[in-house]
Amino acid sequence: MNLRRFSLIAVPYFWLLALFLVPFLIVFKISLSDIALAIPPYTPTLELSEGWAGFRDFASQLDFENFEFLATDDLYWKSYLSSLKIALISTFFCLLIGFPIAYGMANAPKEWQPTLMLLVILPFWTSFLIRVYSLIGILSQEGMLNQFLMWTGIINDPLTILNTNIAVYIGIVYTYCPFMILPIYATLTKLDGSLLEAAEDLGCSRTEAFWRITVPLSKAGIIAGCFLVFIPALGEFVIPSLLGGSDTLMIGKVLYEEFFANRDWPVAGAVAVILLLILIIPIVLYQRNEQKQMEAEA
Amino acid sequence: MPETAFEPWNDPNEKPLIQFRNVTKRFGDFTAIDDLSIDIFEKEFFALLGPSGCGKTTMMRMLAGFETPTSGTIMLDGQDISPIPPNKRSVNMMFQSYALFPHLTVYDNIAFGLKRDKLPKDQIDARVKEMLRLVQIEKFGQRKPEQISGGQRQRVALARSLAKAPKLLLLDEPLSALDKKLRQDTQFELMDIQEKTGTTFVVVTHDQEEAMTVASRVAVMDHGKLKQVDTPDRIYEAPNSTYVADFIGDVNIIEGHATAQGNTVSIVWAEGQPPIIGTPTTPIEGKVSFAIRPEKIAISADQPTDRANVVQGKVLDIAYLGNLSTYHVQLPNGVIIKAQTANSRRRARRPFTWEDQVWLSWTDTAGIVLDN
Ligand SMILES: Nc1ncnc2c1ncn2[C@@H]1O[C@H](COP(=O)(O)OP(=O)(O)OP(=O)(O)O)[C@@H](O)[C@H]1O
Ligand SMILES: [Mg+2]
Repeated sequence: MNLRRFSLIAVPYFWLLALFLVPFLIVFKISLSDIALAIPPYTPTLELSEGWAGFRDFASQLDFENFEFLATDDLYWKSYLSSLKIALISTFFCLLIGFPIAYGMANAPKEWQPTLMLLVILPFWTSFLIRVYSLIGILSQEGMLNQFLMWTGIINDPLTILNTNIAVYIGIVYTYCPFMILPIYATLTKLDGSLLEAAEDLGCSRTEAFWRITVPLSKAGIIAGCFLVFIPALGEFVIPSLLGGSDTLMIGKVLYEEFFANRDWPVAGAVAVILLLILIIPIVLYQRNEQKQMEAEA
Repeated sequence: MPETAFEPWNDPNEKPLIQFRNVTKRFGDFTAIDDLSIDIFEKEFFALLGPSGCGKTTMMRMLAGFETPTSGTIMLDGQDISPIPPNKRSVNMMFQSYALFPHLTVYDNIAFGLKRDKLPKDQIDARVKEMLRLVQIEKFGQRKPEQISGGQRQRVALARSLAKAPKLLLLDEPLSALDKKLRQDTQFELMDIQEKTGTTFVVVTHDQEEAMTVASRVAVMDHGKLKQVDTPDRIYEAPNSTYVADFIGDVNIIEGHATAQGNTVSIVWAEGQPPIIGTPTTPIEGKVSFAIRPEKIAISADQPTDRANVVQGKVLDIAYLGNLSTYHVQLPNGVIIKAQTANSRRRARRPFTWEDQVWLSWTDTAGIVLDN
């Protein structure tokens, strides 16, 4: 029995080890190295043929220089902060838009719900990149949005949306909204309608019953949705580089530039390690929330 | 029942608290409540009885405001309540499914309605504690609903609906999950509350004994219609149909053909059997059903001489119920009649046993003659 149990637990741990921990250690190692004109473009590299002495030599050359560098150049911490801000604000807007959609779906006639669900996940059938590119067509100066607004007479001159932070927000909210909608929808469909009736019976108005019963009981879904949007949005790279302007600071973009443009793998590694450390906090919180919800349902 | 007879339904000057006037409720093409009219008076303890799916909960939900009648009106205190939303009605309902708020503690569940009334904190606290004591769950105030047993949950639901002391309380099977002892205690508590506060209760129950104990009047429903509305003793002793007679308590029903003989009727029901002599409430002839409760039938070893109806048969089965024994006696023509005797003395041996030849007898007023 213990062997069986062990193997059951071992599978996910092995998965974690192979696909997360080992790559992380490699990146971490690179972040402690120095940039070099070589292939791979950093030094030292571990010479296994030289045995223990080689390893000692290798280890002695590792240092935290790159992390110190990140602290001295304010580009980096500004990018982290700006990413946090953009991710937080986008999460907030996703919640603002996603909750009413999820609520509407959960209260729609039963026979419509599968269709509505399909509509929410339909965008995933096309490539993420294509969807972001098509946003360029919508948001640009001659784009559909501006043409529509000028046609209705709301504006006379086209708005500059593309290549600003606003375009980044629109892009993130648009692409990540389904991740907000689905978990909230899942908790709302499980909500027992008689609870709302009981609340009304005891003197709540409809609105009050919504705030006192519906919202607290969908808390787990709201939290899950927020993390599912916040975590990937924080490291987002494609959207800010395609829709954002030159002044859009996001750490994913910085990481890309360090890695591909500057070919400074060690600094890029350090940026990635810090990003991961920042992400670990919400990921752990998310896991705790999921676990609590599972325990509540058991 | 109070000492002076409480019979507002017989007093033409009394104004009913609740009035259903030709209320019909349809779900799609299914009729859940069918042209139902009834008056329920203040301070009544009104019990709704009926088989599953006959529309009891639907009636309650219309009173609470969660369903609107398809046609007809419901009046509360002489006022049509259809435009009043549930939260504005001085009606509280205990849900059949309890509908406890899972994210709130037992204490907060009970306090929920009181907090909506913006009562002062200490008053709420005192009231909640009183309710917890009443339903004997003081110890579980700080638990969540998922952390208590089914019966305890039912008591929380009951306490929550009682807490606001509304004018009208709707209890949908309030005691079904409780053991007999606790159920009886709670029944008396409910009657006590009702006497103290004068609240009107409408209670759904599947337990006839409960309806008999607590109710001022009982309504027997079937397929969205009221079969009979009457005091418990009249429902039991004078049912107006075989349906009601059969639904409430145990009964023998014999079909036959009646001919009048003065005040009594003689019912021919089987060849080779003497006709049954019964006393109908109104003159009746032709096809009838004769209904008689098992405890009205005497069982003896010797042929009785002083009874209007006497038949002989053999004991087929004996059901020992502790305080009572029910004998299933088969007559020569195959018909089985149930007779019941009280086990007033402790004894090791039953007076009759299987296959014994016995005499069954009853008076001419013991049964009910019902029109078919
Ligand atoms: N929302 C609804 N839609 C369709 N049919 C319904 C609805 N609510 C109730 N019904 C039907 O109306 C009938 C009466 O239901 P109701 O809940 O009043 O029964 P009940 O007498 O309370 O039964 P029970 O003793 O099982 O609780 C049932 O046949 C039920 O299927
Ligand atoms: Mg019901």
